[in-house]
Amino acid sequence: MEIAENILLTIATASTPLLIAALGELVVERSGVLNLGVEGMMVMGAVCGFVLTATTGSPWLGLIGAVFAAALFSLLFGFLTLSIATNQVASGLSLTLLGLGLSGLIGEKFVGIAGQKLPSLYIPGLSDIPLIGRLVFGQDPIFYISLALVVGVMWFLFRTRAGLTLRAIGDNHESAHALGIGVIRARYLAVLFGGACAGLAGAHLSLVYTPQWVENMTSGRGWIALALVVFASWRPWRVLAGAYLFGGVTIGQLHAQALGVGIPSQLLSALPYLATIAVLVIISRNRRLTLLNTPASLGRPFVPNR
Amino acid sequence: MKRSLSVLIASVALALAGNVTAADFKACFVYVGSKTDGGWTQAHDIGRLEAEKHFGGKVETVFVENIAEGPDADRAIERFARSGCDIIFTTSFGFMDPTLKVAKKFRKVKFEHATGYKTADNLTSYNSRFYEGRYIQGQIAAKMSKQGVAGYIASFPIPEVVQGINAFVLGAQTVNPDFKLKVVWVNTWFDAGKEADAAKALIDQGVDILTQHTDSTAPMQVAAERGIHAFGQASDMIAAGPKTQLTAIIDTWGAYYIKRIEAAMNGTWKSQSTWDGLVDGILTMAPYTNMPDDVKAMAMNTEAKIRSGDLAPFTGPINKQDGTPWLKAGERADDGTLLGLNFYVQGVDDKLPQ
Amino acid sequence: MQLALVRRQYPSRVLSVFTPFIAFGLTLLAGSIMFAAQGLDPLVTLYTYFVEPLIETWSLHELAIKAAPLILIGVGLSVCFLSNNWNIGAEGQFVVGAITGSALPVLWPDFANFATLPLMLLFGVLGGCAYACIPALLKTRFNTNEILTSLMLVYVAQLLLDWLVRGPWRNPEGFNFPETRIFNDAAILPELFSEYGRANWGIVFALVAAIGVWLMLRKTLKGFEVQVVGASPRAGRFAGFSSSRMVFFAFGLSGALAGLAGIAEVAGASGQLRPVISPGYGFTAIIVAFLGRLNPLGIVAAGLVLALTYLGGEAAQIALGLSDKVVRVFQGMLLFFVLATDTLIHYQVRVTGGTTAGDSRGDR
Repeated sequence: MEIAENILLTIATASTPLLIAALGELVVERSGVLNLGVEGMMVMGAVCGFVLTATTGSPWLGLIGAVFAAALFSLLFGFLTLSIATNQVASGLSLTLLGLGLSGLIGEKFVGIAGQKLPSLYIPGLSDIPLIGRLVFGQDPIFYISLALVVGVMWFLFRTRAGLTLRAIGDNHESAHALGIGVIRARYLAVLFGGACAGLAGAHLSLVYTPQWVENMTSGRGWIALALVVFASWRPWRVLAGAYLFGGVTIGQLHAQALGVGIPSQLLSALPYLATIAVLVIISRNRRLTLLNTPASLGRPFVPNR
Repeated sequence: MKRSLSVLIASVALALAGNVTAADFKACFVYVGSKTDGGWTQAHDIGRLEAEKHFGGKVETVFVENIAEGPDADRAIERFARSGCDIIFTTSFGFMDPTLKVAKKFRKVKFEHATGYKTADNLTSYNSRFYEGRYIQGQIAAKMSKQGVAGYIASFPIPEVVQGINAFVLGAQTVNPDFKLKVVWVNTWFDAGKEADAAKALIDQGVDILTQHTDSTAPMQVAAERGIHAFGQASDMIAAGPKTQLTAIIDTWGAYYIKRIEAAMNGTWKSQSTWDGLVDGILTMAPYTNMPDDVKAMAMNTEAKIRSGDLAPFTGPINKQDGTPWLKAGERADDGTLLGLNFYVQGVDDKLPQ
Repeated sequence: MQLALVRRQYPSRVLSVFTPFIAFGLTLLAGSIMFAAQGLDPLVTLYTYFVEPLIETWSLHELAIKAAPLILIGVGLSVCFLSNNWNIGAEGQFVVGAITGSALPVLWPDFANFATLPLMLLFGVLGGCAYACIPALLKTRFNTNEILTSLMLVYVAQLLLDWLVRGPWRNPEGFNFPETRIFNDAAILPELFSEYGRANWGIVFALVAAIGVWLMLRKTLKGFEVQVVGASPRAGRFAGFSSSRMVFFAFGLSGALAGLAGIAEVAGASGQLRPVISPGYGFTAIIVAFLGRLNPLGIVAAGLVLALTYLGGEAAQIALGLSDKVVRVFQGMLLFFVLATDTLIHYQVRVTGGTTAGDSRGDR
């Protein structure tokens, strides 16, 4: 029984950063912008969160700092793609490369320092209920934020006027512009939100997952988050399912090893990536359905004509 | 244009002049990781600083960090050889062939390569018997574990790691013959996330003592969080788990570096292949903490016996994993076999990746 | 206040030549600020970083070794990016090329004659090409996003290599250490001027590939097709060009060149397979491709510049204690500025107030 609870907790911890980063990117892509810089923003969030925590002694300040730092960093991408209309794919890549380099430089003096962990929730009585106590009432704060974000993003996209506007921009920025909607402004806000989410996901890595700073500690999670958005066909609740599926496969392969399954560990380590490819293929196989779901102006630069 | 160029040249000349120091001997270090990694490379860098301090201003030390194994290592080593280094230490297994290549080209420079097996006239190989510490850890683990199962986070199935796993199990069996060891291979020396995941998986599977042959402090943190005990690796990791660490194997290269630099300076340096252990001070145990006095006494007793040579971890009777005999009673494993060790002893609950 | 872009009637030719230089200059400027922030004299640091490695002969050889894979991969990527195929997985194709090319000297070490090396190179090319065709197949057949699949395949390729060198291909005389046997002499890519340095035939392959692809893009119908499909897929379809054949062509070509780079790297500089054989050449080559403005000849120059950032970073670390992390910051900034200045070629930038009717560029 306790094993099951522990495993579920571990999976939740592994899935949370993926979920948050993917939700942020989902909003960005819904606005018609493809930001491949998730990995870079995430790693910037991780390093800034850790450095702030280590210098101020407060993981809460670290958390807030991570969110702001990554959002600020995403503005670089916003400037390139929105203000001066450069290629979004290349700009996203440049953000990732720059983020990986810059984070290494910022965090250099902080490698090997034991960090402070963001305290987990503990409600006497409730958190001690067998099996579900710690799952429901005993996790870290970012876990609860991630679930709130799923609901929040769903509500925003499909129940508010602003969400409708954002989706309209993503589907056809010319007509949105003709209707007098500020395309560039809305997209800037979306990019900022994506950056903030990636920063929060990064903070989860350096403040909850493994409370220390290690260069490249995101190790490809930003890219997985990007894949999850496609996997989810741009729907928040499917991002939730995808993130937990991926987290489950990642943790499952370690348990398979500890149980002594005689499969090469490299094959097990490759499973999450192969699974992602397989799922992407299945999801995108139906061309018509994909076109229906994909924000139609995704990846296309927009320049207001004078 | 011309003026700014001359300013540039002047300032560069000034800087280069400032770089020249009074030291008449230059010792250079090539690191595979970051010198603040909290583990392997940091231990080497502490050794470098000790050597620098020991010789006062007479020896200048230089290092380059985060050098990838492969062609990049060739270049980094050659750059050192060309820049007037008298002795060059290369501190990762993967630097072996690059070091050999450069050593052949620069006959006058002395080279020292850690954890490999190739030597030349001007190339020494040096290593540490880490497994001696693992044997002591195994004994402690068997005393401290309630479940009788420990978890081992392993990097790569090379002899050095296999020695450690075997020694750990052999030590534990002297206390509890039924002791079990679960192994997870993470295929990395340093990846905090992966190591933490592995630690969690092992704990979830019921182990209540954790040991690692990877370099980050993440497993120690996880153990601390879950309230079990763990052993540190390469450096003292007590800061990551003040109530968690039982002891740690600490690589103390300083004494060795001082010895070799001294030999190179006074002309007595000879190529050799050394494999030192606890007795030579190349390996030390962190203070035995978080354990009852009787366990502590046992550990110190074992450590003393290994130092004095009364006890060698790989002494028969030992069976291989499948039950076939390996060493007869009283027989000690020779270094050649140990350096190529590629099988488990009886009692390891894992299949060695082949 | 607002920035407004006014599309030029024709892309500015002058600027398209000069923007990479402007970008490089801006990178140096930003770099100087970064150095100064770390308490280093910017001029001295820039000298150590960008000039010193070019003074000595052996160092120039090292530059060629480092630049060769970057140029080879970058040239292939230029065809991909020009035709709007986003191959981010060149790193994986590099690794697979190294694996398939090494199969010969690892599995049949006694097969050592004049045919060994050519066969290895051929296998490397085929391996890289085949691996790149996976995302191409998934894109054309199942409409799957090639950015993500090609990237995921990088991780898979790296793990495959890891498994091989620790398992079936491990050196039988190597005490279980993770490496293959050392290649026989017939399987080693010869050095060009061995008395002066280590540079090998890899750089020659790179130059030949660059010129070949440049000619292809300029003089052949296929090259015309690449540019038309890239500029506007719709126009390409009207012209009767098959977009799925173009996907395979672009991915296949860039995979083949990445594979060649992989086997040339292994057969040249290392002489055996190890668990990690690339310090991220496949990713850095993306910067190279853009810095070279997707022009194969420009990419030769860009490859040399990026190679210099690696060498200079090492030199500055040893001489001045500059952090080795600076290398990647430099590379990231370079790409950032290249993209930013790129806009100047297509648009005039004006500072204005308000906006009017909309228009969008490109139709993907």
